[in-house]
Amino acid sequence: MAEITISKAQNSSNRFVKSFKGFIRDNLGIIIAFLILVTFLTLSPVTRNTFPTQKNVFNVLRQISTNLYLACGMTMVIILGGIDLSVGSIIALTGCVGAAIVSRHGLPIAVAILGGLLVGLLFGIFNGFVISKTTIPPFIVTLATMNIAKGLAYVYTGGAPVRVVTKEWQFLGAGYIGPFPTPVIILIGVLILTGIIMNKTQIGRHIYAVGGNAQAAQFSGINVQKVKFFVHAYSGLLAGLAGMVLASRMYSGQPTAGDGAEMDAIAAVVVGGTSMAGGSGKIGGTIIGGLIIGVLNNGLNLLNVNSFWQYVVKGVVILLAVYIDFLRNTKSKR
Amino acid sequence: MENNVLLQMKDIHKTFPGVYALRDINLEVRAGEVHALLGENGAGKSTLIKVLGGIYQADQGEIFIDGNKVEISDVRDAQQQGISIIHQELVLVPYMTVAENIYLGREPKNGLFVNHRKMEEKAQNLLDAYQMNIDATTVVANLTTAQQQMVEIVKAISFDSKILVMDEPTSSISDKEVEFLFNTMRILTKKGVGIIYISHKMSELDQICDRVTVLRDGKYVGTEVVKETTKEKLISMMVGRELQKYYTRNFQEAGEVVLKCENISDGKLVKDACFEIRKGEIVGFSGLVGSGRSELMKCIFGLNKNSSGDIFIDGKKVRIKSPIDAIKYGIALVPEDRKKEGLYKVQSVKYNSTIEVLDEFIKGIIVNYSKEEAITQTYIDMMSTKTPSQDQVIGNLSGGNQQKVMIGRWLATSPKILILDEPTRGVDVGAKSEIYARMNELVKKGVSIIMISSELPEIINMSDRIYVMNSGRIAGCLQRDGISQEHIMQLAAS
Repeated sequence: MAEITISKAQNSSNRFVKSFKGFIRDNLGIIIAFLILVTFLTLSPVTRNTFPTQKNVFNVLRQISTNLYLACGMTMVIILGGIDLSVGSIIALTGCVGAAIVSRHGLPIAVAILGGLLVGLLFGIFNGFVISKTTIPPFIVTLATMNIAKGLAYVYTGGAPVRVVTKEWQFLGAGYIGPFPTPVIILIGVLILTGIIMNKTQIGRHIYAVGGNAQAAQFSGINVQKVKFFVHAYSGLLAGLAGMVLASRMYSGQPTAGDGAEMDAIAAVVVGGTSMAGGSGKIGGTIIGGLIIGVLNNGLNLLNVNSFWQYVVKGVVILLAVYIDFLRNTKSKR
Repeated sequence: MENNVLLQMKDIHKTFPGVYALRDINLEVRAGEVHALLGENGAGKSTLIKVLGGIYQADQGEIFIDGNKVEISDVRDAQQQGISIIHQELVLVPYMTVAENIYLGREPKNGLFVNHRKMEEKAQNLLDAYQMNIDATTVVANLTTAQQQMVEIVKAISFDSKILVMDEPTSSISDKEVEFLFNTMRILTKKGVGIIYISHKMSELDQICDRVTVLRDGKYVGTEVVKETTKEKLISMMVGRELQKYYTRNFQEAGEVVLKCENISDGKLVKDACFEIRKGEIVGFSGLVGSGRSELMKCIFGLNKNSSGDIFIDGKKVRIKSPIDAIKYGIALVPEDRKKEGLYKVQSVKYNSTIEVLDEFIKGIIVNYSKEEAITQTYIDMMSTKTPSQDQVIGNLSGGNQQKVMIGRWLATSPKILILDEPTRGVDVGAKSEIYARMNELVKKGVSIIMISSELPEIINMSDRIYVMNSGRIAGCLQRDGISQEHIMQLAAS
């Protein structure tokens, strides 16, 4: 037991090395897959002039960003043993509301952003309230709010996009902070915040407890309702953020925006190794999962793969990634 | 008939990557005998049974049934050879009827359709033949655990099994039901069935078993005739050393009243329970399964929203609306069902040890990892938990070590009143003895312990006083000097 005697400074640097090694070990399969994908796109004669350019890399990162905002919330929701199907529709609604605040009511952009975030948060709060106070499964609750949010987006806009002509509107989704795209800077903030909540706070540990064994969590004196409420509210808030960033990038709020976005988020989470059974998962895995899906989408475009076939390829990749994970897990349990 | 060897397992070896699970195991079961299989958790009992049941294949060794060598390579082979296993966790389909469960996958048919009337008739005949008093058309979910077990037995019999394996069948049923189970077993053995019986309860050996085979660390230790051996000898065979004392308990003068409960009811089962606990005593709660002991403790721990009655701590009336309140008043509850109510199975020993005391090392977003490790280590040492590391996933530990982590988790909250609900269920002999020793140390330090236990020798040897519960009420309180199994049963079953 030599480890007891090492000094504290060494201890914390060891801890960093240990958790980094753990990250590599847990995600080895998808990290290799990601590296192969990137290497292939960098070397392939079809894409070597288009893929590794600054413009394209920023473009990919921009696209990945909104998916990862959602995936951060979704990781927590899935660790909790639930699912949030409403995030895609929340993107549509918040984008439309935000755009309308500027273009129809002539209010400042800051108000629009806050308004959009608020709408997302309110939907999250509603999901969290129903899920924590009743025994209705999260799948059904968020299936309902998915339809409600989508419906409201169409009702509010009459089905037509809400265009925004104000130049500053583009900053959030298409602008830059220094040399970096704004959504990427926001993403870094969101990832840090999510990482802190999951790894450094009491509620983070409580999320794993409730997802791993809700009954035990009750015996532990954990406020299960509060945990569920918090996680769903957070997921709604991040969906609102994604909605605003997307509306900014598209110069408009569109009731069709975010269609199927919840599925891409779920894909990033499960490819990242989070178990749908709840109780385990890490944000680091989700990041790699999001990167793989983003680069795959981009690569298929650059390779001129028919967009209909892209769905098929994506489906196969998701299945493969999760299957490899399954194989590794069954092996390590023996 | 006595010496008619039904099953012989010879020189069985089984390895898993990195583990020699079974080494040279021999087991012989005669027709009409109940043969106990004893050993601590991890001794290889389950692995041996899985080899017999066709779930695992042995690397080496031979199995003979009625003197003929047989190959058992899957579960179907085992069934065809007349081997039936009743697992500890029951595997009936909860929302099907008893009859449907018994004939699952081999329903009597009219052409394409299941002949329900015939199936129910056949099932009922079987149930009646063993006087089981169960209706074949009842949905299984509505039966008690004991009744479900009976259905499992009938299901096994319906396969015309010659060899029946029962894995800890009495761990979750009451004494009265155990008696019924034993009667059923006796009927079976009279018909020439050989029963392999796995249990951690030494007291049951005398009652039902003829011979006993002991395993330790995957090795065969020996086979004894129950009538000609002693409990001490069997225990030392199991643990490989002489246990100084099985029950450790230094009785002391009890202090002032720390917990007093008046007229606790939960609106369903528990009715007007009144009792008090003094500082530094172990108070047992005995009674049949379903007598409301765990439910009463849930009321006191704030887990039942509908409970009524008054709770006094150190003489002051308190309101406990949730476990958070209970913990604040110094109460800790180690629940009965470790898997369902306690373990975070995919998480580490460290996570499981510290989940109640996050306040002590997480302030806002600052985590003091060294303190987290120190707390974990303290309780690993205190409970002498055997784990390769703090980061070990708790699901990989043995039942006894899991239970030690559970108890340690609650000791970390420095409770004044520790409620242990069946603290030694599914725990092996060595670990049991250690848990008793820890309980003794705790009460010496002034902690008060409430122990619910269905194991009479345990509760009698460890308790200062015993409250006996009967259908939700407290039927009586027995002082240490006057306690016998008969007294308890009189109060519990009257």
